[in-house]
Amino acid sequence: MDFLEKAAKTLDFVGEERRVTRGQKVLRKLLENKGAVFGLIMVLGVIFSAVLAPLISPHDPILQDVEKRLLPPLGQAGANPDYLLGTDHLGRDIVSRLIYGARISIVVSVSAVAFSAVLGTIIGLFSGFYGGKIDSVFMRLADVQLAFPFILLAIAIIAVLGPNLQNIIIVMGITGWVIYARVVRAEVLSLREKEYVMAVRALGGSNGRIIFNHLLPNVVPPIIVIITLEMARMIIMEAALSFLGLGIQPPTPTWGGMLADGRVYLITSWWLATFPGLVIMLVVLGINLLGNWLRDMLDPRLTQL
Amino acid sequence: MKSYILKRLFHCIFVLIGISVVVFIILHLTGDPAALLMPMDATPEQVAQFRKEMGFTDPLLVQYWRFFQGTLHGDFGLSFRHSQPALDLVLERMPATIQLTITAMIIAMIIAVPVGIISAIRRNSILDHIGMTGALLGQSTPVFWLGIMLILVFSVTFQWFPSSGRGTLQHLILPAVTLGMFSMARTARMMRSSMLEVLGQEYMKTARAKGLSPRKVILKHALKNALIPVVTIVGMELGTLLGGAVITETIFAWPGVGRLAVQAIYNRDYPVVQAAVFLLASIFVLVNLVVDILYTYLDPRVKLG
Repeated sequence: MDFLEKAAKTLDFVGEERRVTRGQKVLRKLLENKGAVFGLIMVLGVIFSAVLAPLISPHDPILQDVEKRLLPPLGQAGANPDYLLGTDHLGRDIVSRLIYGARISIVVSVSAVAFSAVLGTIIGLFSGFYGGKIDSVFMRLADVQLAFPFILLAIAIIAVLGPNLQNIIIVMGITGWVIYARVVRAEVLSLREKEYVMAVRALGGSNGRIIFNHLLPNVVPPIIVIITLEMARMIIMEAALSFLGLGIQPPTPTWGGMLADGRVYLITSWWLATFPGLVIMLVVLGINLLGNWLRDMLDPRLTQL
Repeated sequence: MKSYILKRLFHCIFVLIGISVVVFIILHLTGDPAALLMPMDATPEQVAQFRKEMGFTDPLLVQYWRFFQGTLHGDFGLSFRHSQPALDLVLERMPATIQLTITAMIIAMIIAVPVGIISAIRRNSILDHIGMTGALLGQSTPVFWLGIMLILVFSVTFQWFPSSGRGTLQHLILPAVTLGMFSMARTARMMRSSMLEVLGQEYMKTARAKGLSPRKVILKHALKNALIPVVTIVGMELGTLLGGAVITETIFAWPGVGRLAVQAIYNRDYPVVQAAVFLLASIFVLVNLVVDILYTYLDPRVKLG
């Protein structure tokens, strides 16, 4: 008994040590890639801003102050050092609005990506595993969906249903399932003929067991890669909807909404439209860089994405 | 070959029917299209009267059949705002959208293909790094922000190009560059990886071994093969461009279908929305049909399945 316990402890210890070294290996590889490091910093920065917005914002993002309207950013004539990037047409602090804007951007895009990933993966698993009619129905549906200019369909639907958080997430989520379904389906088509799947079947494993316990774990790496790349797309999509006035409604600060406001004051106050777009671009660039690195690490075959 | 084309045609018709179902459903999402279409201040009696007139009390299938027959005749109903047939309004704006989309596509290809080739030939050189960094930036920049920044720099500051409207060549440049940027970036990266793949093939060694000049090897042997995958994505890029046109046209007040559709959504002029969405989606499907058929001629290895 004593011996067994000792052995278990030793084994456990060895396992832990191996996991640490593997983590270190990944970390080292990440640090070797400057782009991925930049991406990680951007992503962590946005998450940090979104979570800690009330603590780190210098001002109230929706507090209007007519006397302080359209203050230019630091370094320009007439700038107020309290307002690093200036103020908007209602005297609201741009920095604080950018920090709070991260919240909507993250909440909407993460939820929409999660929704579409779950939906697409399930459809892909079933289409690939069962084939036949289920498969053709879903793949034709995918073709129909890909035919639409997404943004036009999304604004039409949101305009009908009303622009609230729930509708925006659902519409964006539904439009994203195709890519997951296609990749997962292709993967499952080759996996289902593998010996280990036959073995599970021979042992009496049900279809559900095969799908969720044996096929699903194998399609996780490509799904992770798609999720990162889709995050970038969803952030731009949310901003586009807000820009068109069909995103989360004011006074809640959104990056796209700030851009739309800034467009009106473009000639006199360039900073209004410039900074929100710059933030979107840097965040999306960061996610893309991180996604490219992840893809090379996890699944180099997906270069087409 | 003939059976393949027939099969693709059949598939196409299926997708077009799918598109008409989706376009029909948009109006019925809330369950009460009459409330959606009538002005906010209409009395319940007026709404009930309208519901009856429009046949919204019939079973959904009957209504869809009526809608479907209408689309076959190009009849999407009258625009509420302009009291003209919705289809005519959309067709009137179509040339502007086609002009913008094709110009954007041409600009994207003219820049992306050489950049991709040079990046591949001079792999890891300064040129490659500049090209690919630019491509990554281009892929991460939101269309609406890029458009606004181009207006800020080239219309407001330098006054080289007008910021809105359609007419002269000058009007076309900024919107076309804005719209084409994303496709340009994606195509450049695709061209590079496609070229790198071809350059690694055995027949390239053969071509070099028989003493052909490097220029001839690249232009005659590599380029021809590397372009094949790029040609297919031209069809897919068209979808991106038609979608992007919705936003680009809104920013530059370009009188195309996208802007018309966005305005119609704001005005709750749903027949116009339906006609615009249906037409844009159909164009995408038809162009991809043509590209698919052309592809089989370009690359005889394609399995006609």
